[in-house]
Amino acid sequence: MAVADSIDGRAAAGRHDSYAPGSHPDLPPPLRQAGPIAWVRDNLLGSPLDIALTLFAGYLVVTLLPPLLNWAVFDATWSGETRADCKSDGACWVFLKVRINQFIYGFYPEAEHWRVNLTGLILAGLGLWLLLPRAPAKAWVAAFTLVVFPVIAYLLLDGGYFGLTHVESAKWGGVSLTIVVAVVGIVIALGFGILLALGRRSELPVISGLCTAYIEFIRAVPLITILFMASVMLPLFLPEGVNFAKVLRAIIGIALFWSAYMAEAVRGGLQAVPRGQYEAAEAIGLSYWRSMGLVILPQALKYSIPGIVNTIISLVKDTTLLLLIGIFELLGMVQAAASDPQWLGNFVEGYVFVALVFFVVCFALSRYSQHLERKLDTGH
Amino acid sequence: MAAADQSLATTSKTAPWYDPAKRAVFIQGLMIVLTAAFVIWIVNNTLDNLARLNIASGYGFLEERAGFGVPMSLIAYSPQSTYLRAFEVGLLNTLLVAAMGIVAATIIGFVMGVARLSSNWLIRTIAAIYVEGLRNVPVLLQIFFWYFAVLGALPQPRNAVDIMGSVFLSNRGLYVPAPIPETYFWATPIVLGLSILAVIAMRRWAKRRRELTGKEFPLGWATLGLLAVPALVTWWATGAPMEWSMPELKGFRFVGGLAVVPELVALWFALSMYTGAFIAEAVRGGIQSVDRGQRDAARSIGLTRTQTLRLVVIPQAMRVIVPPVTNQYLSLTKNSSLGAAIGYPELMNVSGTMLNQTGQAGEVLGLTMAVYATICLGIASVMNLYNRAVRIPER
Repeated sequence: MAVADSIDGRAAAGRHDSYAPGSHPDLPPPLRQAGPIAWVRDNLLGSPLDIALTLFAGYLVVTLLPPLLNWAVFDATWSGETRADCKSDGACWVFLKVRINQFIYGFYPEAEHWRVNLTGLILAGLGLWLLLPRAPAKAWVAAFTLVVFPVIAYLLLDGGYFGLTHVESAKWGGVSLTIVVAVVGIVIALGFGILLALGRRSELPVISGLCTAYIEFIRAVPLITILFMASVMLPLFLPEGVNFAKVLRAIIGIALFWSAYMAEAVRGGLQAVPRGQYEAAEAIGLSYWRSMGLVILPQALKYSIPGIVNTIISLVKDTTLLLLIGIFELLGMVQAAASDPQWLGNFVEGYVFVALVFFVVCFALSRYSQHLERKLDTGH
Repeated sequence: MAAADQSLATTSKTAPWYDPAKRAVFIQGLMIVLTAAFVIWIVNNTLDNLARLNIASGYGFLEERAGFGVPMSLIAYSPQSTYLRAFEVGLLNTLLVAAMGIVAATIIGFVMGVARLSSNWLIRTIAAIYVEGLRNVPVLLQIFFWYFAVLGALPQPRNAVDIMGSVFLSNRGLYVPAPIPETYFWATPIVLGLSILAVIAMRRWAKRRRELTGKEFPLGWATLGLLAVPALVTWWATGAPMEWSMPELKGFRFVGGLAVVPELVALWFALSMYTGAFIAEAVRGGIQSVDRGQRDAARSIGLTRTQTLRLVVIPQAMRVIVPPVTNQYLSLTKNSSLGAAIGYPELMNVSGTMLNQTGQAGEVLGLTMAVYATICLGIASVMNLYNRAVRIPER
């Protein structure tokens, strides 16, 4: 191609030798190498195999997309109050419209919904502050989020003080419960995971042995066995009379389970920190905890961002498993609503809603992690 | 020099709590004591609680009558069987769906991973939508989708979806023709096994010859011939000893053929498509990790396009692909426990029923966890062996 171009160029120069050097008018690039036609040639019709693949994929799209769009948009029912309003073959979005409060707040009393909203708003505000690149006083905000906010959130959601009526955790449900479980689970799992990772890398054989055994055992069993453990066995482990709410037991199970995965993600980062950093920290006389906290962990956590975010994404998705021990988080709530005789058969609409919620959260998280990785990359 | 060291050590005597050696002993001793105390505390509490609630302990219940039925079993089982038998049924069902899922997910993953790197925009985009869409949605939701929304919405057996008159899909599951071996059927698998051994020997010989002389051997055709010809000849010589039992509609249900319960179909589809999306990412990463220069170099020393792929790109990509794919196999196996949510009688489903009936949660869950851990260990060690085989020896 390149050779052909240069020959063409010379031929053209021969024909138009009346142009002074440098005064040749700017011509658009030839259509065969740029523009939509070239794009189609390169990306859709590159070779006989490519043409066949394009035809095959095009056939799939043409046969699948229109019925899907018809179902979801054109034939769908958007307004109404009951199942009887959905007469067409399309999606019955009325189901979502009628049940949306239940999907978000669970069985939380309607008059108290503002408490959930307020907690969510504070969390969103704090989260935004921490995620924005140039917000000031991040350390203080982080400390506030970790120490003061949980107390505020607990008081607001659970109530029983300051004239707020007490709302049992059995009434929590839907998206709000998913968020509570996920956020608390992430924070505990990350903290515990860092300790486990440090323990596994410890020079003390007893400590590294205990941590390794814990991590490897947890990683070899499914989450659901741990959740059953937490929901059935935890009450038996504790002295008579001591008991937690079911949701709290589930959170403990989730945190214990995912801390093993967090530990592995962090350990990857710890191993990526060059040995000289450990030696340098020791040489300037820092104690173990100070050298870890001031020198090693800041670097190690940076290296482990992809692993940590992947673990967070898995944790968020796996909060759906709570429905197996009878806790109505988002999927459980939708499943229960779609099994209601009044709305029987509206599974797909409900699943589309759940899928969208999880997709938006998880996809955004993975993109944010990629952005963070690029931003923190100080390598060459 | 030694004398100076000694005097230094004696003069600057460190306090015992600053001496690293003594500190290590102290910290580890404390850790052992704390852990032991914690374990003893939990065991004591549990024993107290069990005694108070009148729950038996020990594994004696495994010999008792289970009394519950299962919709699907690979071995003879009835409600009269023991709990141990029920547990075995669950274990085999777990292994079945895990094996089916691993095969399907690997195929989907490699196809989608290569498709994401295609030069064809349409293929590339479809693969990207598939991977990002399925990866970011909970697998339990996907299992529910297939079970309740797709299979649940299929017609009754009498209006079953008919695929070529031999495969039927209805809300009772998938019915496929079942092979029934006859008298001399055993001859064919034995011959096939011998052929596989011969192929392995031939590949070794061809590799050694290539390394010594640089001559290529037409491995693909030779393998195909060695596998197909003897087996087909044996098959034909013994008189094609295989009958097919076709599923037939009798009244309201199908008889004959092999029935695949809808729970298995849904779990299998969901697990393989979900895990396939993750494997696709691993495959894409592996192929992209092979430096472009490797390809250029291979082409410049005169390897053909296929040889470049087979001898240069794939061996290097596999080294990167195998570890994450191993993790995906493990997580698929562990995720098969979600079959419990739709009533597929795998390990977790059976143990859940056992747990409810006997109340012996500790024993049942302990046994289940131990079995899962063993399965995962088994898969991990097989994949480690494979990883050692594809690893490029470093000097």
